[in-house]
Amino acid sequence: MTFPPDNPSQIPPPMSSQTELNLSPDPISLSAPVPGHCGAVVEFYGVVRAREGEGEIEAIEYECFEAMARGEFEKLFAEARRQWTLDRIELRHRIGVVRVGEASLWIRIRSAHRAEAFAACQWIIDGMKRKVPIWKRPVGV
Amino acid sequence: MSPGVTIRVRLWAQLRDAASCGEWELELPAGSTVATGLESVYARFPKIREWDRSLLLAVGTEYALRTQVLCEGDELSLMPPVQGG
Repeated sequence: MTFPPDNPSQIPPPMSSQTELNLSPDPISLSAPVPGHCGAVVEFYGVVRAREGEGEIEAIEYECFEAMARGEFEKLFAEARRQWTLDRIELRHRIGVVRVGEASLWIRIRSAHRAEAFAACQWIIDGMKRKVPIWKRPVGV
Repeated sequence: MSPGVTIRVRLWAQLRDAASCGEWELELPAGSTVATGLESVYARFPKIREWDRSLLLAVGTEYALRTQVLCEGDELSLMPPVQGG
């Protein structure tokens, strides 16, 4: 059995409704191959919540000033690389309508050790929320 | 008298909605700054002035200060606070 399991029926009974522990000799699936000099991969998904501000929504529509956003993201990546030793940074941000439960943001950072990857991931997301020209509009309020 | 400059103004997101207008050309006296351009925008769309304190400003694809001098063909973007993620 791989972890996470391909077949939900293989999931061991949960310790509680809010936690799950699996101690097993089975492989843990990676979302992409990792070179030997990297010991850490931090991956984050930002997902559209059903509640935004005052009420329930069906989706969020994202608008982007793309030429400027690309430049601002490149500046953030360059500064992150200056602050931490990182092997690779990948980021996707959806533009247009993203429904509740879907990911609007995905970021994956590889580094030799976990501290750099966690710190850079948080720092890039914080920077994006201050500098990158992307805006959202709730749909179906 | 020196000739003026023609720039393009772009409003983004909620600002575009507030003005019901996304972009237009604007003629300004030579040596005009971003602040001068803003005053012209407010004169045309008074509602946009309500955003003044939170506006993000760019010339081309770079953030700009209000003191930056505008040049012929510049594109001045007025943006509400960003909300990515």
